[in-house]
Amino acid sequence: MPAAGQLLVQPRPGDPEVTATLVEDHGLSEVEYAKILEIMGRVPTFTELGIFSAMWSEHCGYKNSKPLLRTLPTRAPWVLQGPGENAGVIDVGDGLAVAFKIESHNHPSAVEPYQGAATGVGGILRDVFTMGARPIAVLNSLRFGELDGADGARVRYLFAGVVKGIGDYGNCVGIPTVGGEVYFDAAYEGNPLVNAMAIGLLKKEELITAAASGVGNPIMAVGSKTGRDGIHGATFASAELTAESEAKRPMVQVGDPFTEKLLLEASLELIRSGHIVGIQDMGAAGLVSSSTEMAARGGTGVDIEITLVPVRERGMTPYEILLSETQERMLVVAKEGREEDVRDILGRWDLDAETIGYVTDTGRYVVRENGAVVADIPGEPLVDECPTYTREGRENPEITKLREWTPSALAPRHEERDPTWTLRRLLDSPSIASKRWVYEQYDTTVRTNTVVGPGSDAAVVRLRGTRKAIAASVDANGRYVYLNPFAGGAIAVAESARNLVCSGARPLAVTDNLNFGNPLKPEVYHQLSEAVRGIGEACRRLETPVTGGNVSLYNENPRGAIYPTPTIGMVGLIDDLEHITTAAFKEDGDAIVLLGANSAELGGSEYLKAIHGLVAGDAPALDLDAESALQGALLEAIRAGLVQSAHDCAEGGLAVALAESAIGADEARGVEASLDDELPLNALLFGEAQSRVVVSCRPGDLTTLLERMRAAGVPAAEIGRVGERGGRVSIATREGTVDAPAAELAAIYFGAIPRRMDGTPEAVDAMLRSEIDRR
Amino acid sequence: MKVGVITFPGSNCDYDCYKAAQEVLEGETIFLWHKEHDLRGVDAVFLPGGFSYGDYLRAGAIAQLSPIMNEVRQFAAAGGPVIGICNGFQILCEAGMLPGALIRNRSLRFISRPVHIRVEQSRPPFTSEYGAGRVLRVPIAHGEGCYIADEPVLDALEAEGRVLFRYCTPDGEVTEAANPNGSARNIAGIVNEAGNVLGMMPHPERAVEPLLGSADGAPLFESLGAHLTSMMIYK
Repeated sequence: MPAAGQLLVQPRPGDPEVTATLVEDHGLSEVEYAKILEIMGRVPTFTELGIFSAMWSEHCGYKNSKPLLRTLPTRAPWVLQGPGENAGVIDVGDGLAVAFKIESHNHPSAVEPYQGAATGVGGILRDVFTMGARPIAVLNSLRFGELDGADGARVRYLFAGVVKGIGDYGNCVGIPTVGGEVYFDAAYEGNPLVNAMAIGLLKKEELITAAASGVGNPIMAVGSKTGRDGIHGATFASAELTAESEAKRPMVQVGDPFTEKLLLEASLELIRSGHIVGIQDMGAAGLVSSSTEMAARGGTGVDIEITLVPVRERGMTPYEILLSETQERMLVVAKEGREEDVRDILGRWDLDAETIGYVTDTGRYVVRENGAVVADIPGEPLVDECPTYTREGRENPEITKLREWTPSALAPRHEERDPTWTLRRLLDSPSIASKRWVYEQYDTTVRTNTVVGPGSDAAVVRLRGTRKAIAASVDANGRYVYLNPFAGGAIAVAESARNLVCSGARPLAVTDNLNFGNPLKPEVYHQLSEAVRGIGEACRRLETPVTGGNVSLYNENPRGAIYPTPTIGMVGLIDDLEHITTAAFKEDGDAIVLLGANSAELGGSEYLKAIHGLVAGDAPALDLDAESALQGALLEAIRAGLVQSAHDCAEGGLAVALAESAIGADEARGVEASLDDELPLNALLFGEAQSRVVVSCRPGDLTTLLERMRAAGVPAAEIGRVGERGGRVSIATREGTVDAPAAELAAIYFGAIPRRMDGTPEAVDAMLRSEIDRR
Repeated sequence: MKVGVITFPGSNCDYDCYKAAQEVLEGETIFLWHKEHDLRGVDAVFLPGGFSYGDYLRAGAIAQLSPIMNEVRQFAAAGGPVIGICNGFQILCEAGMLPGALIRNRSLRFISRPVHIRVEQSRPPFTSEYGAGRVLRVPIAHGEGCYIADEPVLDALEAEGRVLFRYCTPDGEVTEAANPNGSARNIAGIVNEAGNVLGMMPHPERAVEPLLGSADGAPLFESLGAHLTSMMIYK
């Protein structure tokens, strides 16, 4: 006899017997299975096991990260919705709010780059529009192996496929891809990172959450019919990639951006119609996670008749229907008696909606097949009692040793006597070089709000009907985090905020995507916990709370873990369109001012890697007080109209920052700069000391600008003048001078990626052919 | 005056077109739903960009079968101005309202960036407010924008002055390097024989405000406005 409140559940004919092996195959540990037995009070059925497996996967259950995530700051007066919903939401004034979230699709993209990346964009867009927000921009953060390394052909195949997947999806739905970042490093070979961030705009009163409330309200499945694609995608994403991962390619879902566009329009109409109480994407772990999470938030139960779910193939079992990750589906909780109104709205967009169950007051998650109960699980423990772990963390001694490396151990290459050679090499490094090859494949201007697209420090999208604009950036330097997880985590936040300030925005809030290796390894858990601590400290100091995000662990392949890469997506507000600032120098004769102090640091720099093949030293030092002072003073100066251009000094240091401001825009300009610091040539030009920004101002504003910086305690020095179009980039130091025609540097900077990608179409073709042959 | 912007399932520049028309033109701008059978008295019709029906068969191939296209055909036959931008141009070609076809870009990649186009003819109803030879900076954003047609068709387009826009350098030179997608004779926009149906790949509606980088698209809307005003006077 079942216990009180429990329904009679009988094993379904044809389902496998639940054995220890089957439990293990579902990625559940002995401890976790014991917990399941305790919750259920009996052996679960195959269907129930599948449900637990999905909900308690790392992807849905955050079992190894939850205790760490709880330490992050999440509140501020402008935060309307923090973590726990489909997306975070912040107040931007004028009755408007901005919803935003980042999510990874790393594992799928490693085996099927095009669909993996495309569906990543689809999922994150749904997370935003289910909050009632119209998506206004997407950004992405990508990591690949070396384009011309030993595995170059495969890397180029993955890179080209991911970029095309992101482009084709976002372009078709009609959301501009306005910014992002791409880095190339052998550490990501075989395990690329694909993080997509979406930003949406809504009226404050239209904010809707994904809760299943109101006993008796119908639950409706909307959008694409459910198929067998993507079953156990969430579990797949919660394991290491192995040589056999390719066989899991069928677990990768297939995207249909056209249906997404219809869903987007229909969902926004539905939300405004008042006919529904909640809506959620059927994303990772499909129907299971959407329905259980909505019930948990509503403090209710659900009762679903699985045979009512529209399917596209016959003979699907409850297990398959529940766990399918078919894309472009939504779960809607309608108001009682409004099913027809909901269908009318969807029908206008040629979409179907079927009532598949009802909200109950039992608190139980019940699934029936033709009336027979195939799953009956207490809902709250299913969602909230996933065991969480605080693992043992211990730094890998090799990394401790790497950190002890100092620049004095470095023997300069003879070519470096001419620093122009070094600058050329760095501008040709794909991680530094222009990403135009990438973003020209993205529609950046659709919706006609993009004021600053890709290629500057942050993207800027105006808010129609106001004088305001939103700025957004994504940032993470995995190498810094690898060498020093705490500092690296903090730097990712600081740099993201700095990028926003350089564009004229006040940083408001963060969405983070923690991409790490296997947390069961103490050295990986150490990276994770320390990086989160660093992120937390920087977010508190810079007043940018975390409103949500995503955790992607087990980013490993047989050759090892990726660099720990906590991608920080940040959104800021520009109060007035007049404040919008870009990285490019504007006029001949403008004064160039360096804000912040140079240092002798070289640890973790792109210079060390690109010129010396070295990943060593400590991450650059970050003083959060200095950072905060710099950002505050710079923003004030921008608002006062004193700043013509502003560009963060990041990878490649001061020389690359100066060159980028000169050549990064349409027309290459000259620069005449002179640095008199008594520092080694390589550190002065290419070191990556933090909290530095290259700004330019009209000559008449120079004194005021310097005066203001001095008053704010921010180091500031005039280091040169902007030259004319087609001039030379010249940077003099005590030990040597960089000097080259701007046009020549521009050719290197813009040509680095096309040269590697388009120079070898045969190689990519061969790769594609071999991919096809292998199937 | 009243202009209509048709929304097909998958249109994604309908709102941009609507806002641009609203901003530049005096009078009313309305959305028209593809399933309608009535143009609701509009004086001009826009077929906006996007991916109608996902462009899954061939860009524009299914949208040209939408109910409202019957009305658009009749409207055009009666001399009403019709403007197809990007996907709208593809739909007009598929519908046989403009000659030729748009195939995948020479690079086989989607291309999104500002380009320069030269105004080849200055005349009503679409380009009267531009001087002939004026160079415009307007964005393109398409995967299938390579215009092709038979040589005799191309010769006829040239001879009849029906090529309105050509891709060019910032200085107005029509060169191979300035051709972003491989279009025959650098063609970026054409009109039908009667001159009242325009198809173009670049997006003038994305270039009506200096804030967004260019206002060079605005005179196209102004030309249309001037034309409609003059028609009303004759009415």
